[in-house]
Amino acid sequence: MRKFKNPMLVLFGLALVFTSCGDQKKGNSGALTSNAAEKVYVAPGEHDEFYAFVSGGFSGQMSVYGLPSGRLFKVIPVFSQDAEKAWGYNEETKPMLNTSFGFVPWDDSHHPDISQTNGELDGRYVFINGNNTPRIAKIDLTVFETTEIIEIPNSAGNHSSSFVTENTEYVVAGTRFSVPVPQRDMPINEYKGNFKGALTFISVDPEDGGMDIKFQLMMPGFDYDLSHPGRGKSHGWFFFTTYNSEEASTLLEVNASQNDKDFIAAVNWKKIEEYVNNGGGTKMPSNYAHNVYNEETHTATSTMKKEVLVVNPTDVPGAVFFLPTPKSPHGCDVDPSGEYIVGNGKLSADLTVHSFTKMLDAIEGKKYDGDAYGIPILKFEDVLAGTVSQPGLGPLHTEFDGQGNAYTTFFISSEVVKWKLGTWEVVDRQPCFYSVGHLMIPGGNSRKPFGKYVLAMNKITKDRYLPTGPEVTQSAQLYDISGEKMELLLDFPTVGEPHYAAGIAADIVKARSKKIFDLKENKHEYGITSDADVRVERNGKEVHIYMSMIRSHFNPDNIEGIKVGDKVYFHVTNMEQDYDVPHGVSIIGANTSELLIMPGQTETFVWEPKQPGVWPFYCTDFCSALHQEMQGYVRVSPANSNIDLSWSLGD
Amino acid sequence: MVLAALLPLLLFVFPLWKITLEAPQYPTPLGMYIYINDFADANPHDIKNINLMNHYVGMKYIPDAIPEFKIFPIGIIITTVIGLIIALKANHKWFLYWFIMMVMVSTAGLIDFYIWEHDYGHDLDPKAIMKFTNPDGSVMGFQPPFFGSKDILNFTAHSYPQLGAYCLGGGIALGLVAYFFGKKEKTLKA
Repeated sequence: MRKFKNPMLVLFGLALVFTSCGDQKKGNSGALTSNAAEKVYVAPGEHDEFYAFVSGGFSGQMSVYGLPSGRLFKVIPVFSQDAEKAWGYNEETKPMLNTSFGFVPWDDSHHPDISQTNGELDGRYVFINGNNTPRIAKIDLTVFETTEIIEIPNSAGNHSSSFVTENTEYVVAGTRFSVPVPQRDMPINEYKGNFKGALTFISVDPEDGGMDIKFQLMMPGFDYDLSHPGRGKSHGWFFFTTYNSEEASTLLEVNASQNDKDFIAAVNWKKIEEYVNNGGGTKMPSNYAHNVYNEETHTATSTMKKEVLVVNPTDVPGAVFFLPTPKSPHGCDVDPSGEYIVGNGKLSADLTVHSFTKMLDAIEGKKYDGDAYGIPILKFEDVLAGTVSQPGLGPLHTEFDGQGNAYTTFFISSEVVKWKLGTWEVVDRQPCFYSVGHLMIPGGNSRKPFGKYVLAMNKITKDRYLPTGPEVTQSAQLYDISGEKMELLLDFPTVGEPHYAAGIAADIVKARSKKIFDLKENKHEYGITSDADVRVERNGKEVHIYMSMIRSHFNPDNIEGIKVGDKVYFHVTNMEQDYDVPHGVSIIGANTSELLIMPGQTETFVWEPKQPGVWPFYCTDFCSALHQEMQGYVRVSPANSNIDLSWSLGD
Repeated sequence: MVLAALLPLLLFVFPLWKITLEAPQYPTPLGMYIYINDFADANPHDIKNINLMNHYVGMKYIPDAIPEFKIFPIGIIITTVIGLIIALKANHKWFLYWFIMMVMVSTAGLIDFYIWEHDYGHDLDPKAIMKFTNPDGSVMGFQPPFFGSKDILNFTAHSYPQLGAYCLGGGIALGLVAYFFGKKEKTLKA
């Protein structure tokens, strides 16, 4: 411990130097060199070189930025209701937010990861985890919309997620909080030995991308913090950092920081897959939601699944091992070759790097240092590739540029440090403003990173922007890493907490981006494909309006025969077939959001009129020169009136 | 001469004419190909979108079919058959007659096209959403150019013949060439 203290102090001192150094520079011409502006300037009408998919953290969403400009293009609603896009408000997307706990309108979105083929980004999907009510979402990059969400049973604080294997065989979701499995009423202080940590392997259908839980590995009751797949030579393995190997249930900041070393769990998922395919594992009763959005019906369905296949790690010998790693490691990052596994021990002053080859040798030689709940523990020295000695304070995450360099964030000393794989020497360091969490190099989690930029995501900004009251934005900072030294280029505010991001060369994605939905393919239950199908139908107290919208009118735009107490469904189809001509709609007093409907799409909102009158509705998206004229009226009569339904457009 | 007679048949494969509308909001311009027997989108849904634009100024929808789509193909088939008969049976003087006939038929086609365009651009709905007048006070028309480019409000319209028209023109020209060759051959023989 004494050995440990002094460097800590030195580094705290260093951190102060860096902070004041940053301030000083800012006072002059800023920390930017003169050509930084040119490097991030993307001329009007030009496209950025990269997409960055930045999670929103507590916003529950995912934002799409361009790099190097830092321009925000879209906030894709994922786990949180979004009134702007009617996500979770319209009848079509409400099922997407269904869970075993009912409708959950929010989550904490953390780790986007892009689908891969042969270890390289293929740009088909982005997966992202919801932490709080454990879920994994899939965003389809032809439409930039969330098209599937699967709930993870037996999990809590779904944090070591949602990382994909080399061919997107699996997207993996690990529990941060261990819990009783199955959940039951029991004393909290009986945690130790009784709680379990579920690591969930969700298979991804190679054809349609459909997600399905293949198996859950029931691990000891540690906290599974982050994870990454093996790649190249280590393809077939998955690595998870753990903390709280002490299995404390209270005052974790102290009680989970007692062990000198926690573990990285190495999981041979190919072995477990084989075991499961041969009938291994136990089917456990369960209850979790699987929500799928269908692009042709423009409608989501939610199915409750009742069973999950559970695997006990000790039942599959040779499948799971523990690699001792100092001091509550956080990030668990695998280099592009698949050889090095970096454990970012957040309470350690050093970075620990394990060798995959050495790990295999140690397993081969059965050189164990005991076991934890029957899972063999390898000897630290046997698996250690090297140590980056005292690079900074509070190491969190590491990414790679594909040129043999690694970049690690340090939360406490608020910096990005560049170091060399193999020699473990520090090459460069740059301050972050302030308290950086994750960092992202486009493709940095693949065999082939695009090692041009690194994006650092900061939790704290304080004085960096114009103040906006007590709550100020979080930020992302872009560094050029094409040279030996890193260069800070840009500093831009973000939506929510930019927890983590995934980046990809724009060319891989943009050509596949859809422009419209084909109206002829519209299979919405209440959709229409021509004005001939426009109608209003009554079914008891339910009224269904089959409405169309096109520049610049609704059809019908006059509706009579609605009564107080009716439940009125506006099923509105956008008949446009031109790029970027959405229309919106809402009606006075609707207890829900507007609809924002893309060309060829049908969406539905419900209106329950409460008093007689003539109530207007209108287009909410400035669609055309006659947008202001795009309006209509619904006549609402008393509940006991006998006015027949009628509808019209024009004279 | 056989080639001359057959070339116009390519009109059934390639478009005759193309009208393109450019505007700032249309980074990919709207376009319509005119085939001998059809109107076709340059890009999916272009005609629908041209109609949507044009309804603001009261222009009629571009029809799914016009009588010309039936008449023109028959005309081309007949002239081809005549051309082939002439090529195989008749002497070179007939080549000239065929050439003159083709020029007349094509001119008639172009006049018809011009009339349609004029009507399309000028026969406006009296309830048009937006009415524009020329500086002299007359109602502004929106006829696309017959040949060439022209600014119409926020659009720049281009109208140019396409490969099909060149095949027709090439066939007709070849007819004339065949006539001169035939004439020369006869003179040499004599």
